[in-house]
Amino acid sequence: MFRATYMTAWRVLLQLFHDPRTLGLLWLVPTLLLVLLRYMYDNQRPLFDVIGPQLLVIFPFVTMFLVTSVTTLRERTRGTLERLLTTPMTKLSFIVGYALAFGLMATIQIGLISLVAFAWLGLNMAGPAWLVACTALVVAVLGVGLGLFVSAFARTEFQAVQFMPAFIFPQFLLCGLLVARDNMADWLRWLSDIFPLTYAVEAVKELSAHSTITDTLQKDLLILGCWLVGALVVASLTLRRRSE
Amino acid sequence: MDGLAVEARHLSIVRDKLRTLYNVSFQVQPGTIVGLIGPSGSGKTTLMRTIVGLQTIADGSVDVLGLPAGSSALRDRVGYMAQTPSVYEDLSVRQNIAYFAGILGYPRSEVDRVIHEVDLAKQTTQRVEALSGGQRARVSLAIALLGRPALLVLDEPTVGLDPVLRQSLWGLFRQLGDSGVTLIVSSHVMDEAARCDTLLLTRGGRLIANDSVSNILAQTGTGDVESAFLQLVEKGKRHV
Repeated sequence: MFRATYMTAWRVLLQLFHDPRTLGLLWLVPTLLLVLLRYMYDNQRPLFDVIGPQLLVIFPFVTMFLVTSVTTLRERTRGTLERLLTTPMTKLSFIVGYALAFGLMATIQIGLISLVAFAWLGLNMAGPAWLVACTALVVAVLGVGLGLFVSAFARTEFQAVQFMPAFIFPQFLLCGLLVARDNMADWLRWLSDIFPLTYAVEAVKELSAHSTITDTLQKDLLILGCWLVGALVVASLTLRRRSE
Repeated sequence: MDGLAVEARHLSIVRDKLRTLYNVSFQVQPGTIVGLIGPSGSGKTTLMRTIVGLQTIADGSVDVLGLPAGSSALRDRVGYMAQTPSVYEDLSVRQNIAYFAGILGYPRSEVDRVIHEVDLAKQTTQRVEALSGGQRARVSLAIALLGRPALLVLDEPTVGLDPVLRQSLWGLFRQLGDSGVTLIVSSHVMDEAARCDTLLLTRGGRLIANDSVSNILAQTGTGDVESAFLQLVEKGKRHV
């Protein structure tokens, strides 16, 4: 079980390293976007300090979601997933293998974006930088889990890419970044209560305002952790050994 | 080895609401090479997928090595090669094979062994996307051969291969069969049928013959499998 998991993680990493362009985009784009944001708000530094941390967790989440959903879709359409399921490999070891490989990619991506944000762009937050990075990592791996899950509902890579606006944009709109959640209509707030990105943004706002680990932050991280485990388990249930 | 390698009883399969196999029954003795021969669309792939446990069974049953097809205890005893090479195009030949060997728990020496068996020793570091169609198929075959499974289910393994290579692969299949491995090999090329011990001839989702090559030829009074096939189709029509 463990061997199949780390063999799968290693295989996915090998595939990624054979595609340096994807790797470059994956690692650099979120950081470059944050640099862009910093200079957009050059005259409104306090605003950068509010929005910057939120985007620091959202960018990796979105990119991981996209890359994972397309990679797993390939595995489904090219028959390699089916082949794997004829071997003794368990479904969960496949999913956890993917989560490990992309989790490592996310670690590098988030390490880079955090380094640039705090050391170069001078992002101001009350909470510790490492905790911000850890929160971003949990959210990014959640993106991996959701990507694995939605790939079950796509038949083509075009469809998989379209799931990004379908699954991620509603969360983005309602997470509290654009409009404070208290000002939303009840049914919208109710929706945003369900979405995991809401808790990611709330966690990072807590870290912006407080230097200690608050109760709200603990609650947010707990909910994100549950979402993460839930997404991986549900994703493994979408792997079908037999087809009709 | 005692007991049957494969036993299908009144097997029916429905795919995408269309019935693709009708009431198919047959037995496969261990250590034999079974040719699954028929035109494309006759249900060969569906039957093979059912034997390896990838297909939902509508009616009837299939037992493999004494267990229901797809049982978890069978997963390292049955090697399957699908019709489209199910390998990672962005990995090298060796990386592909080593990955599956790792999952199955086989050592490096086993990876080398299957690479030699399918004659890909010169291509080990090449990425699959750079290989020809025939070479890709052989990477896929090498993975199916890992660990010398008791049953090999090979869906059109020799498509697109040059005659020399085809000859050498059939030599390998024969050698495996002699060592006790059971092989089910599909083909739409009738002349490959002569190399098998027994044949399952399929047409339109039905089994139209299930016998040794010599018996089929004797019964139909023909000299080659293609003529025998036509003869059987004709006979089937007259009976209806």
